[in-house]
Amino acid sequence: MSLLKYESQLREPLVDGDKDYHQVTEDICRPIEAKPGKLWYIGFTIAVCLLIFGIYSVYREVTYGTGEWNLNKTVGWGWDITNFVWWIGIGHAGTLISAILLLFRQGWRTGVNRAAEAMTIFAVICAGQFPIFHMGRVWMFFFVLPYPNSRGPVWPNFASPLMWDVFAVSTYFTVSLLFWYTGLLPDLATLRDRARTKFRKAFYGLTSFGWSGSTKHWQRHESLALVLAGISTPLVLSVHTIVSFDFATSVVPGWHTTIFPPYFVAGAIFSGFAMVQSLLIITRKVLNLEDYITVGHIEAMNKVIVLTGSIVGCAYLTELFVAWYGQNQYEWWAFRQNRVNLFSPYGWAYYGMMFCNVVSPQLFWSRKLRRNITFTFFMSVLINVGMWFERFVIIVTSIYRDYLPSAWSTYYSPTIWEIGFYLGTFGLFFTCYFLFAKFFPVIAVAEIKAILKTSGENYKAKMTETEKMDADKFYIEEVEHAH
Amino acid sequence: MSVKKFIVGCFDDEKVLFPAIKNVRRSGYKIHDVYTPFPVHGLDHAIGIRETSLHTAGFIFGITGTATALGCMGWIFTSDWPLNIGGKPHFPLPAFIPITFETTVLFASVGMVMTFCYLCQMMPGVKKHHFHPRATDDLFVVVIECTEKSNETEIAAFLQNNGAVEVNVQEAETGWWFGSYGKQQKLYRHEEVGY
Repeated sequence: MSLLKYESQLREPLVDGDKDYHQVTEDICRPIEAKPGKLWYIGFTIAVCLLIFGIYSVYREVTYGTGEWNLNKTVGWGWDITNFVWWIGIGHAGTLISAILLLFRQGWRTGVNRAAEAMTIFAVICAGQFPIFHMGRVWMFFFVLPYPNSRGPVWPNFASPLMWDVFAVSTYFTVSLLFWYTGLLPDLATLRDRARTKFRKAFYGLTSFGWSGSTKHWQRHESLALVLAGISTPLVLSVHTIVSFDFATSVVPGWHTTIFPPYFVAGAIFSGFAMVQSLLIITRKVLNLEDYITVGHIEAMNKVIVLTGSIVGCAYLTELFVAWYGQNQYEWWAFRQNRVNLFSPYGWAYYGMMFCNVVSPQLFWSRKLRRNITFTFFMSVLINVGMWFERFVIIVTSIYRDYLPSAWSTYYSPTIWEIGFYLGTFGLFFTCYFLFAKFFPVIAVAEIKAILKTSGENYKAKMTETEKMDADKFYIEEVEHAH
Repeated sequence: MSVKKFIVGCFDDEKVLFPAIKNVRRSGYKIHDVYTPFPVHGLDHAIGIRETSLHTAGFIFGITGTATALGCMGWIFTSDWPLNIGGKPHFPLPAFIPITFETTVLFASVGMVMTFCYLCQMMPGVKKHHFHPRATDDLFVVVIECTEKSNETEIAAFLQNNGAVEVNVQEAETGWWFGSYGKQQKLYRHEEVGY
């Protein structure tokens, strides 16, 4: 047992069971090499059905125009932009786990980062669909791209938050994808070298880019991961900040708020972690990865949830206070009449949001509940429902009744095709996730191996002897060779 | 690219690997490379390779992105097509910050990943000689390059004495070539790949 890094025995092991390096490879690669189970086929079929329904809904929207949706005079951003913000928020957990937690040297990220990053990428793909199809004439999409064209040239307005969004979301997608894939390369090489069939050898050979595990390559890989983490950290924070600018830079009561950027970022991390919980609780069960995604991991994520949930709750109340304290009658109306009033048309959404995001996560202060897997799963779904309500409240309650009562819209509710589009992105998301879980390792094999001897259960148990060792002897035998 | 002879020693524990590498270097043998299933910290210093300057490349790509974004937006809004948007300035620097930042990050990360792939000779379809299939699983594979003067049996015995669990001699291509891992291919046997 080498001790390049020492970790206290008081810390919970990150890998349970009696493992060595080969066992780690076996455990994580076996589900990929075996035929998928019945559950996988059922789940995949449902996902594909939803996706097909979504494609049909989008087809109708493209063919007949946005009139297929129930958007009206003042509610121009209905379900679609709500869903955009919701998905992009979910897409924040992956890069947060892999970037910020890497910089903070949090060992537990190794168990969950791969799946979380994959989830990020799929969520951003889903998010991107909404603003694109909301354009109506989607075939004109390329108009938002700044390139020298023969239309003048007509350039997009670079000072517009909607244009910043285009840059932020596409950059975020690209960087997350690169980060995820460079991390995958060594694990795909592991799969390639284990492959028995010709097809698998060729497939993983192609996707692993000829990775060999050379020391120099690892050195560069580490450096790359560190720098990407360093630049992804402000990137993650910037993306939802910019999404919040879509609202905050406008003069609509309820949107024109300087608290939006930190409030949106906290909300994004909150909902992202909730989605990671929902997915991983199922994944660890189905793929038998309980030793790698332990209750300790789930508890750590629940701690993040209770922290960010409290920030979000604090932001809700601050926003409400400032609306009253600011003494702007339109702002105060938007809050008092359109949101807080339980009997207003959308009062149910405001209280649903308050219950799901502010009240219920507080239960996670209890250690017993944080470590209860069924409860965590239930809560993670509840939080995502709550976060959807949040975006709906922000968008719809601010615009359905604005300055002039004569312009107040009738009650906005979605058509089946708006709902279908949303369900379709679920289909897209889960289709991608099922394929990912089938063909790629859902846990970062190499990263688990790197922490195995400091954080594995069996190695931790042996550490009792080391702790009794004389300090000089310990230094000579265990540490010196590392320097 | 050339074909060379290598002595391959496999270790199954980092604790054995580090002293072994120290001894190999002390004895003056030339380490071609060490292949490990995960990044072993301190190994790069132990085998005596210099720090990577990939982050410097990242910085250069990053400032290229900054300059590109500011330059393009400035040129477009002040010179190419100066639009009057609500009477606002033609070069609103604060409003250009988000896009400038995003472009910086985009250039830095895409550039770094491409540099990484270029330096490590990695690309879909690239194939290299792999000394041991378990180098990506659980073995630390030390590869020593033979010269005309080396005594193969001596080096092999030396590695074994230093705790290698498996030792063998391989003749291999040092570079890379395009090929499929689904087929048995070796570059130095010309007739098989048709080089």
